[in-house]
Amino acid sequence: MTRYVLSRTGQALLVLWAAWTISFFVLYVLPSDPARIMLGPDATDVTAAQLDQLRHQYGLDQPVVVQYFQHLGQLFAGDLGHSIGSGRPVADVIGEAVLPTAQIAVAGLLLAVVFGAGLAVVATWTRNRALGQFLLQLPPVGVAVPGFWFALLLVQWFSFGLHVFPAFGGQGPSSVVLPAITLALPTGATIAQLLSKSLVQTLREPYVDTAYAKGAGRWRVQLRHALKNAALPALTVTGLIVGQLFSGTVVTETVFSRPGLGRVTATAVQGQDIPVVQGIVLLAAAIFVVTNLVVDLVYPLLDPRVVLAGSRRKLREQADGPTGGAGAGGSAVDATTTPTTAREVHA
Amino acid sequence: MTETTQLAGRLDRRTPLAADRPRTGGVASVLGSVVARPTLTVAVLWLTLVVLSAVLPGALTHHDPLAADPAVKLTAPSAAHWFGTDQLGRDLYARVVHGTALTLQAAVLAIVIGLVGGSLIGLVAGFVGGVVDAVLMRFADVLLAIPSLLLSLTIVTVLGFGTGNVAVAVGVASIATIARIMRAEVVRVRTAQYVEAAASGGNRWWRVLLVHVLPNAAGPVLVLAALEFGTAILAVSSLSFLGYGAQPPQPEWGSLVATGRDYIASSWWLTTIPGLVIAVTVLAGNRLARALDTEGRAVR
Repeated sequence: MTRYVLSRTGQALLVLWAAWTISFFVLYVLPSDPARIMLGPDATDVTAAQLDQLRHQYGLDQPVVVQYFQHLGQLFAGDLGHSIGSGRPVADVIGEAVLPTAQIAVAGLLLAVVFGAGLAVVATWTRNRALGQFLLQLPPVGVAVPGFWFALLLVQWFSFGLHVFPAFGGQGPSSVVLPAITLALPTGATIAQLLSKSLVQTLREPYVDTAYAKGAGRWRVQLRHALKNAALPALTVTGLIVGQLFSGTVVTETVFSRPGLGRVTATAVQGQDIPVVQGIVLLAAAIFVVTNLVVDLVYPLLDPRVVLAGSRRKLREQADGPTGGAGAGGSAVDATTTPTTAREVHA
Repeated sequence: MTETTQLAGRLDRRTPLAADRPRTGGVASVLGSVVARPTLTVAVLWLTLVVLSAVLPGALTHHDPLAADPAVKLTAPSAAHWFGTDQLGRDLYARVVHGTALTLQAAVLAIVIGLVGGSLIGLVAGFVGGVVDAVLMRFADVLLAIPSLLLSLTIVTVLGFGTGNVAVAVGVASIATIARIMRAEVVRVRTAQYVEAAASGGNRWWRVLLVHVLPNAAGPVLVLAALEFGTAILAVSSLSFLGYGAQPPQPEWGSLVATGRDYIASSWWLTTIPGLVIAVTVLAGNRLARALDTEGRAVR
């Protein structure tokens, strides 16, 4: 087990380093001039000497490889650099934005799990074909709706129509409600699609018949026997779902004028604030990697069969049919399966 | 009862939609499949309309999308202005129709970039194998660790704003997904007997790759590309909504919603209608992709 944990942790760190490296090369090496970007498009009266001085100040006159290792060294010292826009340390800018985003993300995730899973359970449980069909039509609609539009509809109805929730701002618990619903829609729809598919398959398993034969009621079979097993494949896409939430905050926080990571991202892109953008990318990759690490470590405890090499890959493929849903469904799931030999260690 | 329904379910699964798959040719069979799958028909009709308004916007509206008429500013939808008018009195219906081209071009460009880039990487990884495969796929894994919208935003930061740059950003962000599927298919096809036969029959490697492997591996990749259409429309319009895409006064779906946001308290149509058009287009695209997927499986 220790070897398994160590090897998975090592792989996670490797992915994180690679993600940072890719973002570095995209941001600093692609045909662009960071010094010009720093000055902004309006700075037309800058002399070549001033540009050179700026390049020197930020180390941009060094060869790319030297710059790369300088930045990497700073990263290991916990220094993410300074924001071009405000001049403040990137770690501070991002750090103070985490809490407001965490509020709406956690609330959104809860809503998504409760309603997404609830829809899947009811749609596969009901014997009313029309109701079941209707419920299963909803998730595809949920993933097709643009987040920014849905958010504006909520504002129209609940803020300007009914005057129940504030249209913008981050003050008080009531300001969390509408952003959380916005984030929950695509996420909940993804969960509902995956879980209902997995439930339909699980309900065909022989042990479900056994449970009925032993006299278990339909709700008991649905919740105690089927849901428990069907939820496992869905668990493997947690990383994808968290990434979806993270992306969602950019649009959501912009619409609701809330402070948070999404706003920091939008502002940084607007101002071409390269260090902040890179910090955000690193954070997003870290969240993805840590989520997958936790899932990977917890999974063998929930499903003892996983110790057999490769069996989890099969489970994943079940959860991951080509039209699995959400468009993004497909291979992001596989991303977590950096083919590991760790499981063979167990076998 | 349960046993029977389950048995029915199993039988269903083994005969995947063979019954309602349209036979080729014949007006009657086309009509039959239209009746059998009404949502698919609506989806195809809608997409036809979308393509038409991108190619020939003049055929759908005679209003000028840029002509301001302050006398009729911010009027609700009516017979004269189907979608109402905006804060300058411009016809919203005309702006939505004329904005289609930009959105659609960006989405198509994004898909082409993703398809070409992803297919090349997947093809090389799957066909060459070994270290090349391992390196390319680990690279794809890492790209997938970054949420795609964030990856697009990173690229936009470097390239700057505008619809073309947004399209490139969205396309690059989808490369990893397509590369993985392409590689999986190539690996599946590469070991097939007809490929071995072609190779041992004296064909050059590139001929084996292009004539024997690629056509047989392309199916699922094309289905994925169809699914990517919806994703691309959503991503492009989200980035435009955030203000990184089309610059005013040029109409574009996402930026139309963004402009309407300032008048949301008084003029619901400015945000609701363009947003609804985006949602329906994505829904129609996904419906078509799902149909292609089931067709593809039934054939395979």
